[in-house]
Amino acid sequence: MIDLESLLKEARQKIAAVADLQALDDVRVAYLGKKGSLTELLKQLGSLSAEERPKAGQAINAAKKELQGEIEQAKDKLQSSIMEAQLQQESIDVSLPGRGQPGGGAHPVSRTLRRIERMFRYMGFSIAHGPEIEDDYHNFEALNIPAHHPARAMHDTFYFDPHTLLRTHTSPVQIRVMENNEPPLKVIAPGRVYRCDSDVTHTPMFHQIEGLLVDEDVSFADLKGIIVEFLKLFFEKELAVRFRPSYFPFTEPSAEVDMECVICGGDGCRVCSHTGWLEVLGCGMVHPRVFEMANVDTERFSGYAFGMGVERLAMLRYGVNDLRLFFENDLRFLQQFR
Amino acid sequence: MKISESWLREWVNPTISTTELAEQLTMAGLEVDSVESAAPAFSKVVVAEVVDVTPHPDADKLRVCQVNTGAEENLQIVCGASNVRAGLHVAAAVVGARLPGDFKIKKSKLRGVQSLGMLCGASELGLEESSDGLLELPDNAPIGADIREYMNLDDQIIEVDLTPNRGDCLSIAGIAREVAVLNSIEQLPQSFSQVTDETDTQFPLTIEAEQDCPKYLGRIIEGINVDATTPDWLQQRLQKSGLRPISPVVDVTNYVMLELGQPMHAFDLAKLDQGIIVRRAQDKEKLTLLDEKEIELSTDDVVIADQSKVLALAGIMGGLESAVTDSSTDIFLECAYFQPTSIAGKARNFGMQTDSSYRFERGVDPQQLDRAMQRASELLLDICGGKAGPIQQVIAEQHLPQTNAIVLRHQQLERILGISLEADMVEDILTRLGMSVSQHAQGWQVTAPSFRFDIAIEADLIEEVGRIYGYNQLPTKAFVGAMHMPTVSEFEQDQHDLHQRLFDRGYQEVITYSFVDPDAQRVLDPDAEAIALANPISADMSVMRTQLWTGLVQTVDYNIKRQQEQLKLFEYGLKYIRQDDDIKQINVLSGAICGSQQQQQWGEPSRQVDFYDLKADVEAILAMTAMQDQFQFIVDRHPALHPGQCARIDKDGEAVGWIGMVHPQVLNKLGIKANIFVFELAWEALATVKLPSYKALSKYPSIRRDLAIVVDEQVVSQQIIDVIRDEIGEILVDLRIFDIYRGKGVDSGRKSVALGLILQESSRTLTDQDVEDTTAKVVLKLEKELGATLRD
Repeated sequence: MIDLESLLKEARQKIAAVADLQALDDVRVAYLGKKGSLTELLKQLGSLSAEERPKAGQAINAAKKELQGEIEQAKDKLQSSIMEAQLQQESIDVSLPGRGQPGGGAHPVSRTLRRIERMFRYMGFSIAHGPEIEDDYHNFEALNIPAHHPARAMHDTFYFDPHTLLRTHTSPVQIRVMENNEPPLKVIAPGRVYRCDSDVTHTPMFHQIEGLLVDEDVSFADLKGIIVEFLKLFFEKELAVRFRPSYFPFTEPSAEVDMECVICGGDGCRVCSHTGWLEVLGCGMVHPRVFEMANVDTERFSGYAFGMGVERLAMLRYGVNDLRLFFENDLRFLQQFR
Repeated sequence: MKISESWLREWVNPTISTTELAEQLTMAGLEVDSVESAAPAFSKVVVAEVVDVTPHPDADKLRVCQVNTGAEENLQIVCGASNVRAGLHVAAAVVGARLPGDFKIKKSKLRGVQSLGMLCGASELGLEESSDGLLELPDNAPIGADIREYMNLDDQIIEVDLTPNRGDCLSIAGIAREVAVLNSIEQLPQSFSQVTDETDTQFPLTIEAEQDCPKYLGRIIEGINVDATTPDWLQQRLQKSGLRPISPVVDVTNYVMLELGQPMHAFDLAKLDQGIIVRRAQDKEKLTLLDEKEIELSTDDVVIADQSKVLALAGIMGGLESAVTDSSTDIFLECAYFQPTSIAGKARNFGMQTDSSYRFERGVDPQQLDRAMQRASELLLDICGGKAGPIQQVIAEQHLPQTNAIVLRHQQLERILGISLEADMVEDILTRLGMSVSQHAQGWQVTAPSFRFDIAIEADLIEEVGRIYGYNQLPTKAFVGAMHMPTVSEFEQDQHDLHQRLFDRGYQEVITYSFVDPDAQRVLDPDAEAIALANPISADMSVMRTQLWTGLVQTVDYNIKRQQEQLKLFEYGLKYIRQDDDIKQINVLSGAICGSQQQQQWGEPSRQVDFYDLKADVEAILAMTAMQDQFQFIVDRHPALHPGQCARIDKDGEAVGWIGMVHPQVLNKLGIKANIFVFELAWEALATVKLPSYKALSKYPSIRRDLAIVVDEQVVSQQIIDVIRDEIGEILVDLRIFDIYRGKGVDSGRKSVALGLILQESSRTLTDQDVEDTTAKVVLKLEKELGATLRD
């Protein structure tokens, strides 16, 4: 009996000294196992008197419970320090870059086109495409630009032969759409166009997006509405917009659209030639002759068309100051639009 | 077109500033490109006369001048200009003057001699970019006058960019007419005086080409003073409009053109043979123009001729031989109306454009020929003297443009402009524009004035009303339209989704020119016949691309030269193929990769891209059709590709693309030192997508068996796959090639291929026996078909 205290003391010393789980378990077995010291003491209870037995039994059980608790505690402690060590060992430098492929991206012209296409698609416009090698009829004649019309001089056309050319604008797609579909029509036509001109502000190839809407009772007021809305939403800004009379053989009335310079806010800067205005697109009501050639009944239908330079819009939107960058395809430029 | 504001204001003078005037013109469709001062700011520069010139005692090139500036005493000014001489009238900047560039004139000493000012050249006053020597003023220039006033330099030059429909505004008179309309004011009266005939000398006129030239006026002026010079005011006005003064006769015809918009021409009467004939040229007839260029004419060209030769290209340019010279004393003045369609494009055919052709192409008012002839005669007689003969004219009335009455319906006006305008306002606008307006049941009957060639149909009138009313005053309507549920087809490939997959795999989209260097293209696509441009911008952009690799490979090269180490590029666009007499424009998706597979990275060994990297990307694209099984990579040859690393891509047995490494020899020829892998896929093959169709999942486990077989090098893995698939059929749910081995233990010329077969039955669990049997069958078949042996 007397040695219960010293037994416990001895056990505690051993617990404190263990280095791993196995050693701890050895201690447990030595005291609490089938043949452990405390178990042995319990076995010896029979040799005690009936009066002594309950008290001694109680004392041994209490000691056993206490020791059990202490072993559990030590086990938790050991386990957590093992986990700690493992975690420590598994630590990495999280600031190192991740593995794998960085993503690529769209060309800024495609990115701009896609955004414009989406805007118009939600309004019910469908997308139309046409050939880039065009015939004279669709590029000029059907758009009310007969041979030798002075307007042809403004186009600097690339020719293959007298009747075949690279389209100078996306407007021939209007004609093809009207030839193959009955009004009402609501289309936009994006794509490459070509002009025989190359300098700081011109590339021989660029992109346009053309819009055509033909329906009953479409007016210039509708055209103004859609253009103003488009520019505001494209630039995500409240912008002053003005319509200036102009001339395109295939629309009448025709207008050039200026918007408040997005760079200087209309105060005047180099980009807007100190006018505060930027010319961004051309538009107008479809010319009756164009309708006649495409067999659209002008008494029943009217319509509007608009066309804009995609590079120009992208330049203004992203602050690009050199048109030629778009076709140099320098990755350092392109990657800025990812 | 450049016009002087002060000149314009002599014709119409609204009480608005220059800025407002420019704004008004722009907003009326006559776009003002620029407004510039006739001269930059400078002060205290006066007209002076050089009285005396003596050499500078210490400098060879300097002269000491005594200059009369109108002050009490002459000023001593040292001058280095070579044209300084006594008696010369010059522009003198006196002490205290400020010249352009903030250059102040002070008292100074030049090599020890006092100088009290500076004699100026045109460039020093900012009148010309560069000039040689002093600006020489005429002898009658008033001494002491401020040079700004004398030369009318406080004027503004307004440059108007006119659209092709507004030929009527190509003159001071035309712009003035428009300004009057816009401001609802009257034009100022012009005091032109009539020249009375002093002789009755006439010259025979014959118009053969009546349709091309329905109206022709001529007049002889005899005995002009060959020593006369063009007055300053006239010269200045020409210069401000960008024309160089040449001689009094030419200057006057140019002046009338600028003022009234009517091009005129003067012939030296002495050089004309018996009479004027306006006719079509004969084929291959030759003419030497004023600019000394000889042209060969065709029957399309209208010419002015005499009995023996062609004198001028009608409406475009005069001929050298019959031109007025310094010694011409008798002239024949021409003032004609040529049909726009007869002139249009003719000048361009000869690679030129003249002020005259520019106007005739757009239309010149046939009703003002007489006025122009009178005006030119008046000016000419004032300047050079001489005696005028009667104005002769030939008119073919039936060929003159007819001004038909156009009906403008009130309702149509409202329908197109989206606003109901008061009838009074519409009538007022039209009347101000010079139209004659009368009532019509549905609106108005309108006749346009003879100078408005652009007004032919109702829409033209609607535009005019809208334009004068003001586009920005017209209403703006919010977009409305019927809603329709859109088709969102799952059978059509979404091009953007497909591009997105490439972006995700590290590809950057590029846009290269559709026309390429024929030499580079021939290296990459020697068999194709490229479509050539007739008028390319440069030799290296002269043929249409027959594939997209030329642009892509050049872009790779461009970026390698800018230290890019990892390149994955793609482009989507048309290629252009001539097929018999037809031109095919085919949309393709093409890509090129080069350099490292990944950016150099701490955790991955770096390696260069290879065929299989590209193939994985192509397979990822093909997978988007959900029909990847229908595509095959077939061993084939392409002239641009490495013969050992090249495959044709077929869809259901039809070629739809190529993949491979660019042939090292091709790269050599292009001067590129890097391995580039490329692909091309016809968009059409990718455009349709198969709809997913569910198949029941097996409840039973799958079993994997690995096999290593040895086959000849020539056997490609696709053959092995085909044999196994064919033999096992449905229960083969997956087949993997997980190792290729050559070397020890395998005969040379042979290779070991390790295969993982994954088998699964949908209705029961496969037994070991099933698997053993299947494997044995496969091995037997591989042996029989491909000479394969099991590797020990």
